[in-house]
Amino acid sequence: MAVTAPVRKPRPMTPARRRLRNNVVAYSFIAPNFIGFAVFTLGPILFAFALAFMDWDGSNEMTFAGLRNFWRLFSDDVFQTALWNTLVYTALTVPLTLVCSLLLAVLLNQKVFGRNFFRTVMFFPYVASLVAVAVVWNMIFNPAMGPFNMLLVAFGLDPAHLPGWSADKNWAMVTVILFSVWKNMGYYMVIYLAGLQGVNPELYEAAGIDGANAWDKFRHVTIPQLSATTFFVSIMLTIQCFKVFDQIYMLTQGGPGTSTLVLVYHIYNEAFISWDLGYASMVALVLFLLVLVVTVVQFRRERDA
Amino acid sequence: MAGISLRDIQKTYGSLTVVHKLNLEIRDKEFIVLVGPSGCGKSTTLRMIAGLEEITAGQLYIGDALVNDLESKDRDIAMVFQNYALYPHMTVYKNMAFGLELRKAPRAEIDAKVREAARILDIEHLLNRKPKALSGGQRQRVALGRAMVRNPAVFLLDEPLSNLDAKLRATMRVEISKLHKSLGTTFIYVTHDQVEAMTMADRIVVMKDGFIQQVDTPQNLYDNPCNMFVAGFIGSPQMNMLPVRIERTAAGFAARFGDDVIPLPERAGEAVLAPWLGRDCMLGIRPEDLHDEASSYMGQATTTPITTTVELAEPMGSEVHLNLIVNGTKMVAKVPPRCKARDGDAVTLGIDTTKLHLFDRESENTIFN
Repeated sequence: MAVTAPVRKPRPMTPARRRLRNNVVAYSFIAPNFIGFAVFTLGPILFAFALAFMDWDGSNEMTFAGLRNFWRLFSDDVFQTALWNTLVYTALTVPLTLVCSLLLAVLLNQKVFGRNFFRTVMFFPYVASLVAVAVVWNMIFNPAMGPFNMLLVAFGLDPAHLPGWSADKNWAMVTVILFSVWKNMGYYMVIYLAGLQGVNPELYEAAGIDGANAWDKFRHVTIPQLSATTFFVSIMLTIQCFKVFDQIYMLTQGGPGTSTLVLVYHIYNEAFISWDLGYASMVALVLFLLVLVVTVVQFRRERDA
Repeated sequence: MAGISLRDIQKTYGSLTVVHKLNLEIRDKEFIVLVGPSGCGKSTTLRMIAGLEEITAGQLYIGDALVNDLESKDRDIAMVFQNYALYPHMTVYKNMAFGLELRKAPRAEIDAKVREAARILDIEHLLNRKPKALSGGQRQRVALGRAMVRNPAVFLLDEPLSNLDAKLRATMRVEISKLHKSLGTTFIYVTHDQVEAMTMADRIVVMKDGFIQQVDTPQNLYDNPCNMFVAGFIGSPQMNMLPVRIERTAAGFAARFGDDVIPLPERAGEAVLAPWLGRDCMLGIRPEDLHDEASSYMGQATTTPITTTVELAEPMGSEVHLNLIVNGTKMVAKVPPRCKARDGDAVTLGIDTTKLHLFDRESENTIFN
């Protein structure tokens, strides 16, 4: 006699059970990333926040300092210089990089000869080792015998009044900014290129028929169509500029004097040279708030536009 | 206001020629429709007129001026794109005003023109909206408005209705025709839809593989197609094509189609038909020239009966399309809705022999219409 196995009816799921199951699946996908973030980012940030209100040299016992580290900011001339330098660096580097990367992207979006080669050339500084690039840059811009200054002499500049670049406190910030623009523009160029590919070519044709010349098309089609890209680039650039450290470390170490000393460099000095981790954390907290405020303002402006 | 003259216009991409030595005279204020299947070169031709594609060879005149080397903006044309190409960041008003602003027109004049165009197109209430807040039909109107305000000599329209639903397409067809009449401007309209071509055009240009097949008024194209391609392309459902052999009977010339003998009309004439005696040809019959038994055409001397099998009857409401098979050849008949034929039925239909078309099977050219 044939025996048929009883067919098990699937249990109908209640909406609550289905929701729970969906949530468990969703969170399990988020978990690996979130755990990493919590351990390596969120934890240290919270620890640094707490540390801002402590005195600690990294080896002896921590003691509660209250607002002492905060009040110290107002009497710390170096901090104020660093804050000012950071603002100057950001205010000049962000727009310069934006303009350079946009122009490069527009140029290299045309069907020009060897454009892939030039795209690579422009992107290369971004991927090249900072140490190597900075050494070469310092050689090229060496005030005494650098090829760039020799070129300036060849163009008829008075050898007695050549720019001192990173060795001159009046030129050091300019040098750092130019270096940053040159190093990063390739990366943002790639982002702009992606943005340009997304612009509907019919808009240029329509504008051409409407009577637009190349400049009109750039102004009335390209720039508005790239506004989302520009927003993204300016946010990322601003954050990156506020956090600048490595380029300063390699080119000038904050000098000459304090002419290129920026906030992160000051944090580094306080934390790992002076071993005043509490005060360094307070400066870091200020930097965090600064970035937060600027970013929120940018987001607001974008939303209202 | 201007006529347009295309003289030996050619377009090649590398070794590929997409438009071959095209000659066409478009009269001032004419509504010309370029129609053909995808890849026939109709859009490329329009884009060459617009100045969006370089002309490889030949001359293009707008009015009396040779415009080959003029930029789009200097050709006094306006264009409506298939996907509208409205500037997404500008309001409807700005979209329409943009061309005039670039030409440095006075503000008051711009405002008057934009509002007038908006009134004609019934989009006055949308002037402050951005394109993404508009429906397809509304965007289409804005695109038309943007072209209108500039008061161009020539309007170019590249498949402007293909993104709209069927009902809206019918409405916009009428509106564009009305607009053409009220503006009194030359319109060049590209479409792959023969219904649009038939309903709107003063003259239709049928294209295939980069060659013009025929240029004529819609009715003439329908009644007197110059070859099998035009005969098949214009009219829906398509013209039926029957492989036949020409014979002489006691009553005159006839086409043998299997066991059926279809007499050819006397108007075709001895001189035209005699060379084709005993040769294979294609006989063209429009679906509406096949009549069912209830029709008063049946029994008339000009109607020849033919027995067919119904494969599928498609009721359309106002008519029935009978998909038939006769002697192994598929045919379609358009009959009145009272036809009761069912799938699989054998029905006798009457061919109206005054409306036959005969084609050379090799060259596909028309022998007579």
